[in-house]
Amino acid sequence: MAPGSASSPSPSFPASRPWAAVGAMAAAAAAGPSPGSRPGDSPEGPEGEAPERRRKAHGMLKLYYGLSEGEAAGRPAGPDPLDPTDLNGAHFDPEVYLDKLRRECPLAQLMDSETDMVRQIRALDSDMQTLVYENYNKFISATDTIRKMKNDFRKMEDEMDRLATNMAVITDFSARISATLQDRHERITKLAGVHALLRKLQFLFELPSRLTKCVELGAYGQAVRYQGRAQAVLQQYQHLPSFRAIQDDCQVITARLAQQLRQRFREGGSGAPEQAECVELLLALGEPAEELCEEFLAHARGRLEEELRSLEAELGPSPPAPDVLEFTDHGGSGFVGGLCQVAAAYQELFAAQGPAGAERLAAFARELGSRYFALVERRLAQEQGGGDNSLLVRALDRFHRRLRAPGALLAAAGLAEAATEIVERVARERLGHHLQGLRAAFLGCLTDVRQALAAPRVAGKEGPGLAELLANVASSILSHIKASLAAVHLFTAKEVSFSNKPYFRGEFCSQGVREGLIVGFIRSMCQTAQSFCDSPGEKGGATPPALLLLLSRLCLDYETATISYILTLTDEQFLVQVGLLYEEGVRKAQSSDSSKRTFSVYSSSRQQGRYAPSYTPSAPMDTNLLSNIQKLFSERIDVFSPVEFNKVSVLTGIIKISLKTLLECVRLRTFGRFGLQQVQVDCHFLQLYLWRFVADEELVHLLLDEVVASAALRCPDPVPMEPSVVEVICERG
Amino acid sequence: MWPHRGISLQAPILPEKEGEIHIIDFDDENNIINKNVLLHQAGEIWHISASPADRGVLATCYNRTSDSKVLTCAAVWRMPKELESGSHESPDDSSSTAQTLELLCHLDNTAHSNMACVVWEPMGDGKKIISLADNHILLWDLQESSSQAVLASSASLGGKGQLKFTSGRWSPHHNCTQVATANDTTLRGWDTRSMSQIYCIENAHGQLVRDLDFNPNKQYYLASCGDDCKVKFWDTRNVTEPVKTLEEHSHWVWNVRYNHSHDQLVLTGSSDSRVILSNMVSISSEPFGHLVDDDDISDQEDHRSEEKSKEPLQDNVIATYEEHEDSVYAVDWSSADPWLFASLSYDGRLVINRVPRALKYHILL
Repeated sequence: MAPGSASSPSPSFPASRPWAAVGAMAAAAAAGPSPGSRPGDSPEGPEGEAPERRRKAHGMLKLYYGLSEGEAAGRPAGPDPLDPTDLNGAHFDPEVYLDKLRRECPLAQLMDSETDMVRQIRALDSDMQTLVYENYNKFISATDTIRKMKNDFRKMEDEMDRLATNMAVITDFSARISATLQDRHERITKLAGVHALLRKLQFLFELPSRLTKCVELGAYGQAVRYQGRAQAVLQQYQHLPSFRAIQDDCQVITARLAQQLRQRFREGGSGAPEQAECVELLLALGEPAEELCEEFLAHARGRLEEELRSLEAELGPSPPAPDVLEFTDHGGSGFVGGLCQVAAAYQELFAAQGPAGAERLAAFARELGSRYFALVERRLAQEQGGGDNSLLVRALDRFHRRLRAPGALLAAAGLAEAATEIVERVARERLGHHLQGLRAAFLGCLTDVRQALAAPRVAGKEGPGLAELLANVASSILSHIKASLAAVHLFTAKEVSFSNKPYFRGEFCSQGVREGLIVGFIRSMCQTAQSFCDSPGEKGGATPPALLLLLSRLCLDYETATISYILTLTDEQFLVQVGLLYEEGVRKAQSSDSSKRTFSVYSSSRQQGRYAPSYTPSAPMDTNLLSNIQKLFSERIDVFSPVEFNKVSVLTGIIKISLKTLLECVRLRTFGRFGLQQVQVDCHFLQLYLWRFVADEELVHLLLDEVVASAALRCPDPVPMEPSVVEVICERG
Repeated sequence: MWPHRGISLQAPILPEKEGEIHIIDFDDENNIINKNVLLHQAGEIWHISASPADRGVLATCYNRTSDSKVLTCAAVWRMPKELESGSHESPDDSSSTAQTLELLCHLDNTAHSNMACVVWEPMGDGKKIISLADNHILLWDLQESSSQAVLASSASLGGKGQLKFTSGRWSPHHNCTQVATANDTTLRGWDTRSMSQIYCIENAHGQLVRDLDFNPNKQYYLASCGDDCKVKFWDTRNVTEPVKTLEEHSHWVWNVRYNHSHDQLVLTGSSDSRVILSNMVSISSEPFGHLVDDDDISDQEDHRSEEKSKEPLQDNVIATYEEHEDSVYAVDWSSADPWLFASLSYDGRLVINRVPRALKYHILL
């Protein structure tokens, strides 16, 4: 900070500027020993600018000492810091302050403030002096340090100069050395080039003999590689007679080589990998790819057709066909494996052929694949009647799994899709088969029942009761359904490769099993039952009423519980997301028989407590208040709330609706004294008997209380019956 | 119900043996509710309706008990003057000293008892009134400033069993010549000139029809509600099936009311203690929102109304009010402020609500 800018106090208001004075004196003290003080900065700034600069300087000083405005002034931050009459404020304006003093204060106070101010100034002056003395040493030591630093830097500069000259010398030397070595370096490079060329030439001259040797030894691969390396060079230099000769020799040998390779390829006995090698070499020798491609596929076809024929033979009508698992295994390893090899080799060899080649392969695979699928389907069709799902599923799994490899290789041929389709078709057929089975089982059960109903009359003794028959039918149907579900469930087992296909994830479970099999069966059951009901008039064919009764009970059971149970079972097994899972009804706090007595006591005492005040006409407000408070704590009763599919819930719903209706009807009537008492008795009676039918007996209490209360309100002459009398009447009933 | 003076509601069903009419003034700006009690000494009131012409006059149906028999009668009354003027400088006084209604005339006829309902001609001069008694529909002419009621004409329902009217409304359309009534599950329309039936909706509801209301802006539309928990909207030109059915309540619906100016707002009260405000835009007179008149369409407004008409307007429940602890037996709109409505329940609680602000602006803008 330039000390000069702190300036000196304005001479016109010496007494009123304690801080300005401090600033000026500090500046003066600091300026003394500092070598950096500039004499040009006059302490007397221009008159107009002076206060501005002074204030700025104050601010900087405060900033330097880390004091906030408020703290600097040593006062609470309460008053406005911008107040120009605040003596210690940053925005102090002496003119305004003085004006204010002169205008507002009487003489005595003016004098007081003057003496006060003088005293303050003196105190500050002495403070200032002690500060200067204390800090004097530090100023001096700082000056010394700076002087020493100046000397040190001068020395360092000299050393830097020396370093720069040394570096220049080193650079010079290095340049001279590289110039001397340049010449020799070039010569060495040239010699190396010549050496390489000579080696190449030697290779060329030796080439025909090498080729011959290779062909003789049967190292066709080596020969083809040599030929490939030399070909380009020979082509380029064929105008030179010596090279020409070599080239001719080579061509002859190569032709022979190709001949031999073709021979080997045609013989074909040596298996797919070797054939593939031959084709590769031939391709490298520049034989036409199209032709090779055709030939290659033709060979492959031959082999695969062989496989198919053997499969067909297994299918054949006469011999005892091996089981379906073995069949698919065979097909998988034989045909599908072969196809995989062919496809892999083809794609490796004829990758250069581009999309046309791929298309050819796809067509090839499609054709053979469809023949294979036809065979598989024929085999699976034979299996359709059988009962063993696990074997079938395992076979399908193998089949599907094996086809995944060629499916990935030959996406265009659509093998995997076709395979999945077959699996799906089989699955659907199985579902149909099971549905058929369930229907048959149901009809069988019914026939049994008919016979059982018809038979015992002769024996004279009561045969099995209807309930027993019903239980038999229900359990046998249920076990059939469970068996079917378990069988079908195999299709979605985790380890089965096709279970994660979208069809088996979604449609199979929801549409196929749930809707098709289970719901379909239930529908057909209903239909059967319906048809029994619809054909009563026919002669002879009249259905025995006992059977109808039994069927009706069966249907009812199904409606209330069994269907939901079966569907829940299905949903659980097949992971169908169904929002509405029916649950067994839960009776809340069911009263046991023994609690009946205590209940009636409790209720009557409660009634007393509740109605006793309400019947005294002197306190009608209390009733309202009481019932309101009661309602505050009781839950709102949803009369037409949804009903679950169980007896308790349905009954609760009916009772709620009936009681609410009773309540509304009571409210629309006007009762005489005896009318009210009748309602009382009725409600008490209902209270005694309704609780056992509902899920939450509290509901009944609430509604019945409400009814009695409403009746009391609707009665111009409300004289209630004694609770004990009500009880006696009800007990007697 | 809200008669035309200011905003006041009169409680239709009060459990007192002596009927009382509570006139409740709701000062919208200050949210102050004033209550004035008028004694109705004749008996407990079951139905009440205010004269459209004279705001001091109202008609009631009331129960009279005599010799342990209950008779339902109807009468026309006049309120005391100071209440009629609507000045309530000293509400404390008026609530402490209950005033009495002045009887103008009985709508009585010894032949017909059990008045279920009285309805004034909605647009007229307050001279015509219809009362429903058992299976009769009676048209009265009030003469000599309502002090005398003369039976002008009547009609009755023929049919098996005991038929009883439960409710009726006078259509504000067709020059006020139509009245609709409900008995059991049937809705019937009557021509007041010939007192003959003009249409009949058999089995309008699965159970008893409790109430009905005419759309104030669409002349053939009416709404009905009943014990099957449903609210149905009918076009009286095609009575075979309802235009729309609402099934929001879980118990009998006692009241249905169209908003007097914005007929998409429909209010229903039910004994499941709920009041439901529904927005039936699709069958209202403004199915495409508020249409701006052609002459004052500026470009901006034009754009806006276009936008409006593109918006899919759907019927929905705006709000369900569950403040009541007991069955709600009456709901009605304020006749002064179309965005205000009140509901009354069995426990004597009166709740005044406003249409949600957002919806109000949506309808207005």
